[in-house]
Amino acid sequence: MAVKDYLRERFFPHMWCPGCGHGTILNALVHAVEELELNKNEIVMVSGIGCSARISGYVDFHSLHTLHGRALAFATGVKLSRPNLKVLVPMGDGDALAIGGNHFIHAARRNIDITAIVMNNRIYGMTGGQFSPLSGPGVKATTAPYTTIDNNFDVVELAKAAGASFVARSTAYHVKESTELLKKAILHKGFSVVEILSQCPTHYGRKNKEGDAVGMLELQKTNTAKLGSKALEDNPGLIPRGIFVEKECPEYCEEYDKIIAQAMKGRNS
Amino acid sequence: MNKKVRFLQGNEACVEGAIYAGVDFFAGYPITPSTEIAERLSEYLPQRGGKFIQMEDEIASMCAIIGASLTGKKVMTATSGPGFSLKQEAIGYACMAEIPCVIANVQRGGPSTGNPTHVSQGDINQARWGTHGDHSIIALTASNHQDVFKMTVDAFNMAETYRTPVILLFDEVIGHMREKLVIPEEGELEIVDRLRTSVPKDVDYHPYLPREDGRLPMSDFGGEHRYNVTGLFHDMWGFPSNNPKIVNELLRHLVDKIDNNVQAITRYKEHCLEGAEYILVSYGSSARSAIHLAQNRRNKGEKIGVLELQSLWPFPTELVREKCARAKAVLVVEMNMGQVLTQVKAAVDNPDRVFLANRIDGKLITPSDIKRLLRVIQGRGV
Amino acid sequence: MSERIRMVFSGSGGQGVITAAIILAEAAVIYEGKNATQSQSYGAAARGGSTRSDIIISDGEINFPEVTQPNILVCLTEEAYTTYSPIIRPGGTLLTDSRFVQITRKVDARQVELPMYETVMEKIGKPVVFNICVLGALLGLTEILKPESVMAAIADRVPKDFLTMNNRAFDLGLVLGAQFRK
Repeated sequence: MAVKDYLRERFFPHMWCPGCGHGTILNALVHAVEELELNKNEIVMVSGIGCSARISGYVDFHSLHTLHGRALAFATGVKLSRPNLKVLVPMGDGDALAIGGNHFIHAARRNIDITAIVMNNRIYGMTGGQFSPLSGPGVKATTAPYTTIDNNFDVVELAKAAGASFVARSTAYHVKESTELLKKAILHKGFSVVEILSQCPTHYGRKNKEGDAVGMLELQKTNTAKLGSKALEDNPGLIPRGIFVEKECPEYCEEYDKIIAQAMKGRNS
Repeated sequence: MNKKVRFLQGNEACVEGAIYAGVDFFAGYPITPSTEIAERLSEYLPQRGGKFIQMEDEIASMCAIIGASLTGKKVMTATSGPGFSLKQEAIGYACMAEIPCVIANVQRGGPSTGNPTHVSQGDINQARWGTHGDHSIIALTASNHQDVFKMTVDAFNMAETYRTPVILLFDEVIGHMREKLVIPEEGELEIVDRLRTSVPKDVDYHPYLPREDGRLPMSDFGGEHRYNVTGLFHDMWGFPSNNPKIVNELLRHLVDKIDNNVQAITRYKEHCLEGAEYILVSYGSSARSAIHLAQNRRNKGEKIGVLELQSLWPFPTELVREKCARAKAVLVVEMNMGQVLTQVKAAVDNPDRVFLANRIDGKLITPSDIKRLLRVIQGRGV
Repeated sequence: MSERIRMVFSGSGGQGVITAAIILAEAAVIYEGKNATQSQSYGAAARGGSTRSDIIISDGEINFPEVTQPNILVCLTEEAYTTYSPIIRPGGTLLTDSRFVQITRKVDARQVELPMYETVMEKIGKPVVFNICVLGALLGLTEILKPESVMAAIADRVPKDFLTMNNRAFDLGLVLGAQFRK
């Protein structure tokens, strides 16, 4: 199947701003699904609210556009009731780690077989450029005219600590790498988290003197380095990219099936 | 031992009703006085191949059952006041996206943490207007375990028929008290199953285009039809739209599909109502005290009757008007500051003859409480 | 008018007051085809503190489930006795345990004081079946239900390995109570 067969073409051009990284992430994701030759009827995309959440409208899967921050909670219901479905949950900063932070850590703790894609642009774009829990200190935003004093979460460290069994990071600049990581995440049995750094030139770049989309993409290239690379060894201050966790752990739906077997046996004996 | 006769708590009767109705999936978070519903279902659901999950909070529980419902399952959650507040946003989502689901609210004293282990009926209006925006909702209640069972089955049936969240408004006394339940035989009560689309594969399916009878056949997530579900106003394919015509029509549809079916949804019981000069309008556990008083007084020749409401939303305005038309006075017996009273006053021709017999201190209103007020209204002192 | 028995069981958390109440009401419903309601006051504490359970057994419909004037009152602590003995229905039966309750007042009721706890400890040595002995005593004393019905309800609720011990406690109670049967 061609890549465009996975898209709802009638909704294009998409609603994201020129230069936004989210379209690139959609591209990486659709390529991942296409290369894995997944059946569209077996994919459910669940999203929340915000720029990132609009991604679910563009893909020709079963799509569930939910409430701000609650995508993983809805997705848990979908997955547990129909474990044969592949459940993909793209989220923005707020969905994943502000209003939705509790659902994020609990989905990771359960190790339920869902792929969470954190589209990290360090800003709330849809509401016009307020800071997020991924902005970090010293950032200018419409709700931080004197710069932020809030520390940011490290998505990778948080996901690791909460129990996610697959954790990776890439950027919108590294499209091919993102596709490869997403493929691995989707195939992984358990809760997988892929953080993809994305650029919001409209609200973040302009205010924080990171320039336009090209300038911001340039930063994604120069400010990051592959895990295990010499560049990272030489410059430990760079943001590492790659796979941080990949382990086999009991998966929630499979464990629940064992509960069912046990309960049915108890009832019939 | 006759397996069909059980002695159990109201919360357990609700569980039996849910099982009878075919519940497949429960997500919840423990909260007094509803917890027994979650506890029993955590045991019974996997025995039947169903799924139970204890979520991280009340919000997540509500969201999870909506997700599960979309895969074609019959779903429910259970809660009490504070948790019911938390669920409201997602209940609104289920209204907007027309997802069948059942929410049991075993009421306790509020506001806030309130009086967790004591009875109240203070969430009647929250059930109606808890979530933001115009919408309509179905809320059922019951005063004894046989009816708790039956109303739970009805709740699942109505959720499927009208593609809407249905709220079961029980209360602490009903939830915790134990009494007899005779479980109906299979087939004795009607069960409404999910109406699925007959549109074949590769033919354009419109998930939000009502049939002529107003019903919307569904397609399970994971099936042949891939469509969009959203909390935004949406077109007949489920895709977001702010086209004024679409917004207007969808909102009217959401309200009309329930409000135009008040008669079909209405559930009530009459106790000694024939020729009653004084009518007690009540529901839930307070109806037990009203019935106790009415039967007791009837034996002594007084013309007192009870109209017991089992569906509170949409409010059965016509029914109340008609039944109370010839009453000298109407007493609304409830455990709040007059939430159903307001509805009854709006329904009857002579609202000045409608009085509130209430109790709000966490104790079950007693027949004597009601009698004292009745005597004052009758001009017979206390 | 159908016969209606209104009971209040009172004591302290952990004595099995609620369980005894449930078993009795369940026996009435399941094994004698009667109606019954059982309710209780809830607090935050599962152990310690005072507990009260109301039971109504009737051939007819039961609406208001609370008992304001019990014809049978069981008090298993001094505190419960002090609190509830004034509400007993004139001519009713008040059962207390001689180890836990010191009878200090006169009520217009038949007061029966039995060494249920002492008997259980002496003959069985396990305080856990004290409540079952109380049930036995009550059945010996009043004939509200058939002892077989209550024993069947006990068998439904108690793990198999403990059934013999429970039955023994019940029988001990029956014998104690029967001495005072009217």
